[in-house]
Amino acid sequence: MNGLAPKPLSRRGLLKASLAAGGGLLIGLRLSSTASAAEFLTRATPMPPPDFDGDFEPNAFIRIDPKGAITFIMRNTECGQGIYTGASTLIAEELEVGMDQILVEAAPPDLKLYTDPLLGEQATGGSASIRGSWKPLREAGAAARMMLIAAAAEKWNVSPSACHAERGVVHGPAGQALGYGDLANDAAKQPVPTHVALKSSSQFKLIGTSPRRVDTPAKVNGTSVYGMDIQVPGMKIGTVAASPVLGGKLVRIDEAAARAVPGVRDVVQLDDVLAVIGDHMWAAMKGLQAANPVWDDGPNAHIDTQSLIAHLASDSEKAGFVAKKLGDAEGAIKAAASRYDATYQLPFLAHAPMEPINTTIHVRPDGAEVWVGTQVPVRAQMTVAKETGLPQESVKVYNQFMGGAFGRRLDIDSVTQAARIAKHVPYPVKLIWTREEDIRHDLYRPYYYDKISAGLDASGNVTGWSHRTTGSSVMARWAPPGMEEGGKLDPDAVEGSADTPYEFPTHQVAWVRSEPSALTTLWWRGVGPTHNVFVIESFMDELAAAAKQDPIAFRRTLLTKNPRALGVLDLAAKASNWGETLPAGRGRGVALQYAFQTYMATVLEIEIGAGNEIQLIRADVAVDCGPVVNPDTLAAQVQGGLIFGLSMALYSEITLTNGRVDQSNFHDYRILRIDEAPKVEVHIVHNPDGEIGGIGETGTVAAAPVLANAIFAATGRRLRRIPFGTGQLVSS
Amino acid sequence: MRRLVLALLLSLAAPLAARAASTSDLVQRGEYLTRAADCAACHTAPGGTTYAGGRQFQLPFGDLYSPNITPDKETGIGQYTDAQFIRVLHRGIGREGQHLYPAMPYPSYTKMSDEDALAIKAYLFSLPPVHAPTKPNNFGFPFNQRWLMVFWNLINNPDSRLQSDPSKSAAWNRGAYLVEALGHCAECHTPRNFMQAKSSRQFAGTIQAGWFAYNLTSDPVHGIGAWSDASLEEFLSTGKAPGHGLASGPMAEAIEYSLRYMTPDDIAAMVTYLRTIPARDDGPAIVPATVTPLSTASLGEHIFIRACAGCHLPNGTGRQSPWAALGGDHSTGDVTGTNVVQVLTNGSQIETNEGLMFMHPFTGAYTDDELAAVGNYVIGQFSGRQGQVTPQQISKARQETAPKAGPASGGGS
Amino acid sequence: MFQLVVNGQTHDVDVPPDMPLLWVLRDVLGMTGTKFGCGIAQCGACTVHVGANAVRSCLLPASSVAGQPITTIEAVGETPSGAKIQKAWLDHEVVQCGYCQSGQIMAATALLDATPKPTDADIDMAMAGNICRCGTYVRIREAIHAAADA
Repeated sequence: MNGLAPKPLSRRGLLKASLAAGGGLLIGLRLSSTASAAEFLTRATPMPPPDFDGDFEPNAFIRIDPKGAITFIMRNTECGQGIYTGASTLIAEELEVGMDQILVEAAPPDLKLYTDPLLGEQATGGSASIRGSWKPLREAGAAARMMLIAAAAEKWNVSPSACHAERGVVHGPAGQALGYGDLANDAAKQPVPTHVALKSSSQFKLIGTSPRRVDTPAKVNGTSVYGMDIQVPGMKIGTVAASPVLGGKLVRIDEAAARAVPGVRDVVQLDDVLAVIGDHMWAAMKGLQAANPVWDDGPNAHIDTQSLIAHLASDSEKAGFVAKKLGDAEGAIKAAASRYDATYQLPFLAHAPMEPINTTIHVRPDGAEVWVGTQVPVRAQMTVAKETGLPQESVKVYNQFMGGAFGRRLDIDSVTQAARIAKHVPYPVKLIWTREEDIRHDLYRPYYYDKISAGLDASGNVTGWSHRTTGSSVMARWAPPGMEEGGKLDPDAVEGSADTPYEFPTHQVAWVRSEPSALTTLWWRGVGPTHNVFVIESFMDELAAAAKQDPIAFRRTLLTKNPRALGVLDLAAKASNWGETLPAGRGRGVALQYAFQTYMATVLEIEIGAGNEIQLIRADVAVDCGPVVNPDTLAAQVQGGLIFGLSMALYSEITLTNGRVDQSNFHDYRILRIDEAPKVEVHIVHNPDGEIGGIGETGTVAAAPVLANAIFAATGRRLRRIPFGTGQLVSS
Repeated sequence: MRRLVLALLLSLAAPLAARAASTSDLVQRGEYLTRAADCAACHTAPGGTTYAGGRQFQLPFGDLYSPNITPDKETGIGQYTDAQFIRVLHRGIGREGQHLYPAMPYPSYTKMSDEDALAIKAYLFSLPPVHAPTKPNNFGFPFNQRWLMVFWNLINNPDSRLQSDPSKSAAWNRGAYLVEALGHCAECHTPRNFMQAKSSRQFAGTIQAGWFAYNLTSDPVHGIGAWSDASLEEFLSTGKAPGHGLASGPMAEAIEYSLRYMTPDDIAAMVTYLRTIPARDDGPAIVPATVTPLSTASLGEHIFIRACAGCHLPNGTGRQSPWAALGGDHSTGDVTGTNVVQVLTNGSQIETNEGLMFMHPFTGAYTDDELAAVGNYVIGQFSGRQGQVTPQQISKARQETAPKAGPASGGGS
Repeated sequence: MFQLVVNGQTHDVDVPPDMPLLWVLRDVLGMTGTKFGCGIAQCGACTVHVGANAVRSCLLPASSVAGQPITTIEAVGETPSGAKIQKAWLDHEVVQCGYCQSGQIMAATALLDATPKPTDADIDMAMAGNICRCGTYVRIREAIHAAADA
């Protein structure tokens, strides 16, 4: 669900990935407990190493012990998107077990076994998890089932084809029955099948139904353990203050005052960060306050948002790298009956997951243990090894549930910081960032400054379309090998703009890389599409208005060769009763997208209330993502993703003054509340045999454009700069 | 911390045990009086060392910075003689003969006894000296002509000690001294005349530095006549009282730095005196115990339940602590919303014996329309009156507010 | 030293008087179901009950509720309303990341106790102080109505 440039590997890359992971089949099984899934998930630390003798581990994802416990190992991490349930459904479908019969556990860091085939590393993001698991996890389940059946058939001396499996039991032709646990020993001796036949969509028992989520029972009674909730013996709790300006240095503190606070145990001063550690968070917080750190703000002390925007605006005049060129768009626009130009701006954004950043870490001379919720466990392991000088294999990373991530936990800056601090103390320490620290020391979604132009002929048809994006490249910092065209193109920068659902006669897309000072950029839910679809769908609406056409009718003329796009557009129009007369003050917007290999059309109705209050009334979302593993989770992700995006589109903006982030907490980094949330109806296109698409970020992508277009419909005002709800409607 | 330093200084003085004992008594008395006179509130910059000065005051004629009153010889008051110290408190004349501006409340301190003034000096001189040069003010002509204060003082500073009134009780006389001399309550609560001196409408309430300092006279509708003694005592010593709301802005500071350290007897004495101030009907009427809310499903209500009810609760009874209870708060009865706007745009905080109670300013993410609406909602909801707060008022307050950070990172509460 | 009565159990605690209840619950008593979200009563993740009232434990000095009955997410399921809310939360698959849901459930339970058949406006009033970043609001509303009808 969380932002990570979904850069699908080539077909060859995919093959390589699955081969690397075990000769074409990934499977692995292990556990020796009868705890329920909920109980298991509440444990802070992994179980003591079980006795694996006799376990059946056909691959890296499945473990069946002789007592019958069936455990699925989760490659992707759970940050709310429901992947534990989705991944389990895929395995269980083919393994022929019920969702009530399984346990799940987080995978350890292991690139060989757990590299996500779409992302190219052990990572969770880019709405990639289900897409990357769709075939491999079903194959893992099927292969294990075949080996269990083969073991039973051998025992009964019958043909495997005469046997079948159901709810964890293999049944023979004469009514014989053996549980998977009973077969574990013998199944482990069976050869891994070289060919696995998967069920057709009509044979699914679990896929396409909505089994209950496996992680939620513990999340409604307070027993679920997030990184924040880790408790290990001897643990102390610390909190940190990093330099308020990126690149600044700690000058002095009042250490005596900090140590005088009851409960404070240690004060760790590094060149750019101060940590105060105590018996509890309150001691740490009061100690940090008493320490009253004084900073040398360094070279970024003069940076403010206005200077950063001016820099982007200036860079946006450059030609940039041409990422797509179909015909002569510039020429066509010049020659058009009428031309339209617009500039769109998207602000820096914080992620602000509900669970503030935290890392629990114990650095010993011979190894380190790390308890953290991370989207990138191997990176976490590597950074601790680097900072402590320990061999990577002696750093144990126990991945935890995440209280939201949205891309924030794709970086390991906080784990690095924790390792630097923890090596100065002999005990395990949980380092917690306050919300203020979280907002002011986030790695931010880049500010984008987009220029877009189009030409219309006399009948209102688009003759040319040219879009130039200017902004920071997250890819270049985060995953340099992901850059394309010899490092000249960040594919994320043009995702959604170089590959729109529309057919333009001429089409050019260019990208200018422009890096900001004083802050670091990172993925944010919806990544490239959240940025580009806002620009494209807003401008599409501008053109429709210029052509005096209905926004949906105008789009349809550019989609004649794209039936899936037309399908979702028509479905959303029908579900929303598009075209009906609305009361005064109301307006409806539409947005279409193809992102993460999913087609989606959204219609949002709003009302402008007293004091220019933008009230969100109702959204209808039509989705075609091919096969649907869990329709209820799909709907939840679209609802939540849309609301997450609407919160951003209305309120979110990180600004800098004198190098410091102005925002600090939810009173000034505002989040949408329940009374503001629209009704969201999700309408799923039945397409069980189509290409499978991602879902976790799609709703977020739709939010800003659909809201901008609804505001235009209600007021006639075109807002081209996010956020919309912080006074822009007043300033006319 | 200050106590620690004090203890350390005293322990160093151990060989002179006898003298130390009396010095210690004097210093202790001085500390109490210094608090009663609330020197710290003005002579401490935000986040700075107590009494090292540097706090900015935006006055009608320019900015003024409070001086360092630690005993630093170069930048503080280390070279003041007893006579010079008394002169500065009583007449507003500094060590080098310069005239102070009456932002320093010497027209009230002039009523202080010499003995108490010297106790304050003894306490201040017991503190560690801090090197902190005082920033110059930026007054324009003619206000930068300090000598003109000579004439102002002739008219406006009586330069006389408070005389006790034998016809009144000891408590009344003690209260008068605390209110009029040390506490200098009139400096904010008595309207000023055209010369920026206190007018004759004693304690009738007025706007000072953007905040409404309410009517303290015994008028039951506009002043404190309807408050019980217990409520007044609780409010003065803690900053809140059930049915009367809470102190914010400068009053919160007065309680944080000064009034919460006063003995119950002194608080009671102040109440005894305040009770006898002749009634005047100036200012907004107080908010009665029961009101009929102006109920509306409005933008203001939407903002209130999202951003405010977390602490205040929808019915204003307060969720987190008594300091979050809005019921009966005088500020909610002021339809112009003077203090409501201040709190929304500046925030408010008070250090109490139960920890720091604070509210952030809400200008960072809320529009002028929204804050005006929530201001009017609060007025309508808790006083039943029709608020008149305008978005323009918020916009103006927003511009007057220097960019403010929340509590330091790590000091979230 | 004072006594906290949490979920019917009495604990002697020796902490600074201004220490918020949140940190006493989490770091002293080891009850981590109550979450830290903002520390300034803007998000509601730390909501617990003191008596019948839903309060934000991040700003509530523990010493100020000494001796009063405190209920947390770990035991709210033992109350009739709490059990109904938890069941509705599962039946409607409200939860995504789940981090805010302890607070959401505590707020919703207090609402149901005070207002057995809440309207949408009642839900707005009681729940608007609780932030959910995953955007589960649509389902929270549905689940509260379902729990009220159960």
